[in-house]
Order: sequence, then structure tokens, then C-alpha cells
Amino acid sequence: MKNDKASKGLVSFVRDVVLWNLSGSFLYRIYMGILICLMLTGVYGYLVQFRTGLAATHMSDIVSWGFYISNFTFLVGVAAAAVMLILPSYVFNDKDLHKVVIIGEVVAVGALVMCMAFVFVDLGRPLQFWHLIPGIGQLNFPSSLLSWDILVLNGYLALNALVPAYIVYCHYLSKEPVGKYYKPFVFISIGWAVAIHMVTAFLYQGLPARPFWNNPLMGPRFLASAFAAGPAIISLVLHIVNTATDYKIANTIFNKLRIIILSAAVINLLMLFSEIFKEFYFPTHHSQSAVYLFFGLEGHDSLVPWIWTAISINVTGTLILAFNPVRERPIFLMPALVLLIAGIWIEKGIGLIVPGLVPSPMGEIVSYSPSSVEMFITAGVVGLGIFVMTILLKPALIIEKRYEENRTGFCQSVHVKNE
Amino acid sequence: MDSKKKNTISRRAFLTGAVSAAVTGGALVTTGCKGKNLLESSEAFALEFQEYFKKHYRLMNEMEREKTVSRLERLSKQKQGITVDIDTTGPLENVLYGYAFNVTRCEGYMECVAACVRENNLDRRSNMQYIRIFEMEHGQMSPDQGDGKYFHMVPREGHFYMGVQCFHCDNPPCVKACPTKATWREPDGIVVVDYDWCIGCRYCMAACPYYGRRFNWNQPEIPKEEITKKQHYLGNRKRVRGMMEKCTFCIQRSRKGKLTACVEACPTGARVFGNLLDPDSEIRFVLENKKVYRLKEDLGTDPKFWYFID
Repeated sequence: MKNDKASKGLVSFVRDVVLWNLSGSFLYRIYMGILICLMLTGVYGYLVQFRTGLAATHMSDIVSWGFYISNFTFLVGVAAAAVMLILPSYVFNDKDLHKVVIIGEVVAVGALVMCMAFVFVDLGRPLQFWHLIPGIGQLNFPSSLLSWDILVLNGYLALNALVPAYIVYCHYLSKEPVGKYYKPFVFISIGWAVAIHMVTAFLYQGLPARPFWNNPLMGPRFLASAFAAGPAIISLVLHIVNTATDYKIANTIFNKLRIIILSAAVINLLMLFSEIFKEFYFPTHHSQSAVYLFFGLEGHDSLVPWIWTAISINVTGTLILAFNPVRERPIFLMPALVLLIAGIWIEKGIGLIVPGLVPSPMGEIVSYSPSSVEMFITAGVVGLGIFVMTILLKPALIIEKRYEENRTGFCQSVHVKNE
Repeated sequence: MDSKKKNTISRRAFLTGAVSAAVTGGALVTTGCKGKNLLESSEAFALEFQEYFKKHYRLMNEMEREKTVSRLERLSKQKQGITVDIDTTGPLENVLYGYAFNVTRCEGYMECVAACVRENNLDRRSNMQYIRIFEMEHGQMSPDQGDGKYFHMVPREGHFYMGVQCFHCDNPPCVKACPTKATWREPDGIVVVDYDWCIGCRYCMAACPYYGRRFNWNQPEIPKEEITKKQHYLGNRKRVRGMMEKCTFCIQRSRKGKLTACVEACPTGARVFGNLLDPDSEIRFVLENKKVYRLKEDLGTDPKFWYFID
């Protein structure tokens, strides 16, 4: 149907997207080369793990989830955070954020790809993966929270891939996207973003066997930390786009994101304080995991430096964002953003998963740190995620920029009217 | 409906046939005719291929169960040269298994652990054990305060011993957690795993409050001469890496009316196993006449494993 439109259609769209991705400066090629090397490292690690089994990791019957599931948990938050751009831009019609919402959505898609990859590499029998697919397999829905997570993550991936794909495709054809075709899905995706993170929290929260996780604050705190770390990562991507491409991003956008990140980070710290208070004001048997995390138990204290680093850089990052000493040049906030991201990554990754499993239900205490195979595979998955983000973002920004330029005249008249 | 069913079966049969033919043919072409060995390896490949696409155990009908059992037996014969006998006996009528552990009698010899490892073909390489014995000091009541790694002469003065294993909860959190329904509670109360359906996500392991489940981190290894050949599909048959497994109250024995290996091996008579629905059983006597208690009752898992003190 659309293909009949001689010059521009689906075929030329796909062709152009591929061509744009293949062309680029020398630096861009080096950058892509590095990502491909990372992915190859991951492939190598996975081959080792596939041959020897998960014994190639440092996980055990006690710490049965490790680095992969830690990263998965953190990245679900990053994916959910796209909603912090989608909500203001589509619902409150914020013009600034509307300009970068596509970048938020692409970051979400990349994060979701990483999430799925992390779960996949964590499976003991990946070839039996099809047992999960309803119809040919047996999905334990609605009883198992893991089945919920599989459904919501895939649904969110579809929403965040298809809506932007439709809009970008319309812009490619120099058409205005039809609101009634995609707006309903935008609203669904807003609720869905909250759902993916609440469901992921419930995955842990729903286990009475693990007192450290069996905590009603887990879901809301997941959201708060996600809405800090996610937009922080989006800000970083925007800074990179701003410096590396000719798609320019206004300072006001960075400032709006700063305020979103700051509010979420403060709420996150409040909830963290509330949790610490509960564990340490009157420590019970159920506080053992928290003691293990913050102070170590029976000489097993490998997590202690990590969690204290996480908390201090979390607080530092939040304070810098709050006092904002570099008003005119948002790029100088980048270190603060990196601190905040790293803090939340530690605290919500390894600082959440491992203490949930230690001490074991039979009171045994062990240490865990990822093996080199786990590191290789993680590097590969991260490379894959950034690669996916790059190949989606590059054509999208070219199309968006052309579309903007084509209708600049129209836009200016609208601005005049608004003023 | 009938015709549809027939249709699927014939399609399945066709596919299986076509695949075996293709595999055999392909193998013959690529390696050339080398006689018996080749035929056997291509047959093994075809068998494994069919195993890969088989259904969840609970959805198989009698015929399909027979087929998978004969495939598994044939594979064991071909690949390891061991003739095993895999049983699919279902739950018996009016039976609900229960277990009691006499804290006073146990002296920590761990004969039960050794018997369990042998009977259930547990991985020797990672030293997997379903049963764990904790050495406790007087005043302690829960194994999480005890020492599960003691290595000295037993019994030790001033200490007592508690064994833990899968407690076969009536309300099992692991079953609720499994995303593929690969683990479930049988009508006779045994919580089992369909090894071949498990994808190895280990969510059940995180959900278990009793440390009752074990994961095959590596490819399990058992000396050929030590393999128990009387096997059950849901019990002690061959497992591979990446699968979850657990105590099944020796399903291959208990469903034949025998005691579990651990009960039989215990030199002090600290272990009691039997049918909770039989008023004359020993387990019922213990529950009615002794002071019994269970671990972590507050979680509402309702384990069918009681501790008692003489």
C-alpha cells in the first residue's frame, strides 16, 4: 500500500536506515568497533558458560542469583524511566521534552534488550526457553511472578518499539502521525512502565522465605530509584548526542531532567533511610541480611565497601544536583549524574540481590563476587544494549532533524502565536 | 475435536519420522558407512531430538509416557551402557506421605546422607546432598543456629543433631514461583520436578524457606558402577546440568510401598516415614503421642515434616 508511493515507502525506509547506520565518521566507526568487540567478549564468555554450565559463574546453591540478575533489576528501572519523558511530553504537552522523548524511548528499548539478555544468560537450560511460551509451552500465569515479569517486559518492549517506529516512519514520509493511532498506546505505556517495575519488585517482595526482600517498600523504592537513575542515563545520552551529533539539545531540557532526577533521588534516599532505620533500630533475626550488607557477618564482608561507596556517592550526587553550582553549563553536571547512576547501580544491583540470599535459610554465610565469565558476559550484554540504542537512535535523529527543518516555517508561526 | 486431535497426532508422527529419516540419512552421508557405531549415534541423535520436543510430563498420556521412558532407557543403554528401569507409577489411593525426625535419637552419623546420595544418583562431582545434618548446642532450636559443616567424631558431648531436607510443604512456595509449572505437588503430597521441563531459572530456589532445592551447576557425574538402576521418571533418573532437583521422598521406593533410603539407613531409628492417612501407621503414632513441632510455622507453608523429642 505505502510501497506504491514510488519514491518513499517501507522499503526505502529500511534501506535508508541501514545505510545511515553503515555510514559515519572515523570516530563513529571506532565506537561501533568497540561495541562489537564487547559483544564478541560476551559471546566468548557465553560459549564457556554453555559448555561448562553455570558452574562457570561464582553462583552457588546459596547465592543462586548473582551479577546477571542484579544488572537485570537495575536495567528494568532504566527501561521504566522513559515514562518520565513520555508523561510530560504527551500528557502535559511539554514542547521541550517532546523533542527528546524519542531518545528516552530508544534508551528504554536498549535497556529492555539488556534485561531480556541478562535473564536469558542466567538460565540453566536456555535451549528449553520455549517452555515459557504460552501455547507451545506452559506459562505459570498468574501464579508465578516471573511469568508476570516476562509478559510485562515483552509488552513494554513492544509498546516502546512500535510507537516510536510509527512516529518516526510518518516523519520519514514527511507526514504528521495520526494521534488516534498511537496516542492510546502512549497512555497504556505510561501505566505499563510503572507496572514493569512494580512487578519486578514483587518478584522479590513476594518471597516470605527472604525477609530482606519481603518488604512492602520495595516496589515504591524501585520506582523512586528508577526515576532517578533512568533519567540520569537519558541525560548522559543527551549530552553525548548534543556533543557528538548535530542534533542540538537545549539547556532547558537538561534543567527539567535535573529536577526530575533530583526529586526522585531525594525520595529514594528517604526510603533508604526508612529501611535502614527499620533494620538497625531494633535488629531482629530478620536483620541479618542488612548486617551482612552494611557491616559483614562472620568475616564475610565483601559487600561492605560497595554499599558504603554506593550510599556516599548517592548522597554526593544528589547534593550536587540540588545545589546545581554550574547553572549555565549543564554538561558539568555529568559527574554528578555518573555518581548517582553508579550509586543506584550498586545499591539496587548486587547490594539488593546478594544480601537477599545470604544468610541462607539455614543460616549459612558466604561471600560472592562475579567470576571472569560473568564479567565477560555482562560486558557483552551491555555492549549489545548500547549497540541497539545506537543503531535505533542514529536514523531516528536524522529523520527527526530533517522533519523539523522541513516544517520550521510552520513551527515559527506557531511559536509566534503562542507568545 | 476428534479429527483435530487425530490430525495433530499424525502431523507429529510425520514430523518425527521425517526428522529421524533426515538425521539418519544426513549422518550416513557425512561420515560414510562405518556400520554399527554410526547407526547407534544417529539413533541417539534422533532420540534426543524427540526428547527435546516432548511435552510436560503431566500433559502426556499413557502412550507418550511409555515412549519417553523407552527413549530414556535406550539412551542410557547407548550412551553409558547401563540398563536402567524407569518407572512412572502414579500416586497410590488414600496415601499422603509424612515424615518425622526424632531430635533425641539422631547422633549425627550421616548414614542417611550417604544412603540418599547413592539411592538418588546425586552428583558426586559437586558433592550434592539433599539431606543436611546440623550440629546444635543445647538451647538452640532452629538449624540456622547450628553447624552444618561439622567434621569430627559424633556424637559430641553437649550437642544434639537436626536433619533438614525438602519438607514437602502442603502449601509450597516453590510451586507457586515456578514460571513453567515444572514443579508441583503430587496428590500423595510429594513435591516433584519434571527435570526435562525445568528451564533452570532458580526462582523456586529463592522462594524456598528451607533450602530444600538443589541446582546442577555442572554436568553431574556418577561412577558407572554406583548408579541405582531402579529409577522413577520424577525421581532418581539421570539429570543434566542446568536442572533443578530435590528430595522426592524416594518416590521410586515409596510408591512401591518401601521406606525411603534415609529411613532405612538410619542406625538410631531417628527417622519415621509413612502414610498420614493410615491411622495405624508409625507416623500417625508419633503425631498423636509425641510433642511435635515444625520449622518456620509462621510462614504458613504447612510442611509435612515434624520434629519430635522423646
